Amino acid sequence: MKALRWIALAAIVALLGVVAWAAITPVTFASREELFEIPKGTWARRMSGDKVEILPQRIDLTLGIHDVLLLRNLDDVPQVFGPTVMMPGQSFRLPFEVASSYSFACTAHLSGQMTIVVAAQPISAWDRLRWRATALWNAIT
Amino acid sequence: MNRLIALFLLCIASAHAEEALKAGTFDPPRAAPDFTLSGSNGSDLKLSAYRGKVVLLGFGFTNCQAVCPITLGTLAQVQKKLGDEARDLQVVYITVDPERDDAAHLKTYLSHFNSSFVGGTGTDAQLAAVRKDYGIAAEKVAGPDGSYNHSSFIYLIDRAGRLRALMPFGHVADDYVHDVRILLAEQ
Repeated sequence: MKALRWIALAAIVALLGVVAWAAITPVTFASREELFEIPKGTWARRMSGDKVEILPQRIDLTLGIHDVLLLRNLDDVPQVFGPTVMMPGQSFRLPFEVASSYSFACTAHLSGQMTIVVAAQPISAWDRLRWRATALWNAIT
Repeated sequence: MNRLIALFLLCIASAHAEEALKAGTFDPPRAAPDFTLSGSNGSDLKLSAYRGKVVLLGFGFTNCQAVCPITLGTLAQVQKKLGDEARDLQVVYITVDPERDDAAHLKTYLSHFNSSFVGGTGTDAQLAAVRKDYGIAAEKVAGPDGSYNHSSFIYLIDRAGRLRALMPFGHVADDYVHDVRILLAEQ
């Protein structure tokens, strides 16, 4: 019984440690780019009737963490990708500096529109904690 | 040896400049598709005629109530902020509404923002071809006012006539000034 109590106590301390780490440590990643690629053969697949969706209709970015949209066309033909037309082998790198919601015309989507939601950088401990919890939840679900 | 070092430093400087743009950048940049339209200045509007200048290229229509006045107002501020440096900058604005935007009307409209701005118009087919080359969406909205939904960004074309970057709608004049100065610095 005593051992169980110790284990529970250790678990609580460990959990508090994780929460404290998540709140105190700044959120950083090796790259701030969120990459989307048109794979080779996409045009051929579309021509054969496949419904190929590469770019989600909504993209969520966070300032200071993932605030650069990177689109790359690896296919053999020009593609309208996101807001612009891209040549084979070309990439388009779009940085964001202001938290806001950005709408682009995008013929790759049935709605004809793509939205990029850029959230503010999580600076306070509470914001960092919430950001990490949301990221964890999104990774699990 | 000195030449090699200079070349190396130039490479670093140009790589840094590319990264520093506030607009979205293309890598590698491609040649901006050329076109010939009717210019608001009374002569042909040929993009390649502006080789040697930095070109800010946008698409819209003069009856636009939401996007175009804001963008053109911002570009007018850019011209003002750049002062003498703006002599090597050209704003080109192509209509998506040729039915109402003839060359004379474009000239009057653009002069409200800056008299150096040049507008372009043409036949439906000519304008559709230009839009296709630049990936521009333009769709007439059903209704009495004949409005259009259209792409709202501005292309940045460098002195060599390459499509270097794309500035999404909503950026302030200082962001354009920042990027245009980088492109103007390239000879």
